[in-house]
Amino acid sequence: MTLLAARNLSIGYGQTEIANGIDLSIDPGSVTCLLGPNGIGKTTLFKTLLGLIPPLAGKVEIDGQDLSGLDQQTVARQIAYVPQAQATEFAYSVLDLVVMGRTAHLGAFSAPRAADYAMAMTALRRLGIDALAERDSTRISGGQRQLVLIARALAQQTRIIVMDEPTASLDLGNRILVLNTIRKLAEDDLAVVLSTHEPEHAFVVADRVAILAADGFLSGPVETVMTAGELSRLYRVGLIVEKTPSGRFVVGPA
Amino acid sequence: MRTATVLAVLLIVLIAVTMIASGIGPYSISPLDVARAVLRRLSGGSDRGTVDTIVFNIRLPRVVAAAFVGAALAAAGAAYQSLFRNPLVSPDILGVSTGAGLGAVVGILVGLPVVFIQLMGFAGGLLTVTVVVVLARSLRGGSDILVLVLAGIVVGALAGAAISLVKVLADPYDQLPAITFWLLGSLAGVKANDIAATIPVVLLGLAPLILLRWRIGVLSLGDDEARALGVEVSRLRAIVIVAATLVTASVVAISGVIGWVGLMVPHMARLLVGPRFDRLLPASILLGAAFMIAVDTLARSAARIEIPLGVLTAVIGGPIFVWLLAHNRRKLLP
Repeated sequence: MTLLAARNLSIGYGQTEIANGIDLSIDPGSVTCLLGPNGIGKTTLFKTLLGLIPPLAGKVEIDGQDLSGLDQQTVARQIAYVPQAQATEFAYSVLDLVVMGRTAHLGAFSAPRAADYAMAMTALRRLGIDALAERDSTRISGGQRQLVLIARALAQQTRIIVMDEPTASLDLGNRILVLNTIRKLAEDDLAVVLSTHEPEHAFVVADRVAILAADGFLSGPVETVMTAGELSRLYRVGLIVEKTPSGRFVVGPA
Repeated sequence: MRTATVLAVLLIVLIAVTMIASGIGPYSISPLDVARAVLRRLSGGSDRGTVDTIVFNIRLPRVVAAAFVGAALAAAGAAYQSLFRNPLVSPDILGVSTGAGLGAVVGILVGLPVVFIQLMGFAGGLLTVTVVVVLARSLRGGSDILVLVLAGIVVGALAGAAISLVKVLADPYDQLPAITFWLLGSLAGVKANDIAATIPVVLLGLAPLILLRWRIGVLSLGDDEARALGVEVSRLRAIVIVAATLVTASVVAISGVIGWVGLMVPHMARLLVGPRFDRLLPASILLGAAFMIAVDTLARSAARIEIPLGVLTAVIGGPIFVWLLAHNRRKLLP
């Protein structure tokens, strides 16, 4: 059963088409990794999947329903967004920032209640950053901030989470923590879509891989898409994929 | 919990300032006597003597007017700071004050009665913001903050030029002093029925800001994040602009143009309760009311002439703002 689907999707802003012919189907309990060079439109694709910008052609479906017919609050109960970490103008505490993830579940005139704060704390604990709860969110490291934004998406309690380069600014320890968390989310039957510049991360977490390249869109299971040939074509350098004795995959120059 | 305490303290401060301010003037009344008179009136007692006459007919109307002006400007400022994701924004960013000023000075130039000058001010403010929003929409879909601000600057500059033209055309002995006084802000001429007409409009504008307080706070994360969190950004932004314009235009119509309050008071409130809009809004309203009462009391009692409010808020607000920036840089500017 497909939770999130793109059907012959064409993405871009206004009159400018960035990519077309995108077909994607994402199941619950799966991790989909989106690879693509800088500036190819990965964030634009995510914004289209989230309903933040309209598709130029084709459509996005959540649970079989056309996204363009749904209001923003309904969409936000189904699909959460983890943007690339950047500081806000206002010095919200970490807990306040995470509890904003509850907005889609609140009435139009309501503010979060004790139960919402409890869910926000649970989300922080799940990522092991509950000690940051009272800290100023503009005064924590980029990696911590990334984890806080993931916690906010968890507090949103959606079935789909879209993450824009969630490992980009993290150190090795936090990178492994985030990748393990993504795996666990999939085990809890969530559908996770993430973009990354590290093909090796796709081997670690992904069930399926989607490639957005200058010459078109391609998606499929990890083992059929993540070949030396495809990766070389994608990044325009000769690459090889090696399997280490411990069973891990390593991507390196040919 | 802590926020509730701060708000309770601010409410007590506001009540105390109201009582003290109502006692200050050529005929001095102790705050306790003011409080007694008010309590007697509230419990249905009849007027007794000079104290009651002065408090209820002269002082209190002006104090109440000042409270509503301060509360309205501070609330509109806080809402716009969240909307524009910029803590250095004031309620007149979209030209509402300049437009109201133009409406009022035209009213003075053609010699309209005071009530119509106020109506012209109100209409001028609303009209200017409408022009700004329509202009921004026709330029780029209206969803772009930058285009809104630029349209506000352009239309505001045009209205400012028109005000200058009116000043040149005005009678220098009769109309020009009235225009200048109006553009600097004053509550000297405010009457009880002006206030009675203004309060419902201010409350009407404050209601959506209070009801939608949580969502307006989420708006400060930026359009994409707010929408991904389930906020209908375009609709909410339209509501905030209409509400903030309504409260600002309605108080500018009775008080004239008063700067600084809408910029500075939310900052002071942010130091007390933090940046969250649902806490910032009530704190700004209470603090703005108390601040404006204090400034207006100074304006009418510090010197033998009425000092224009805009002059006082600039003289007091400027240094306080610099102090806030210098001592709380971390909290105010990321």
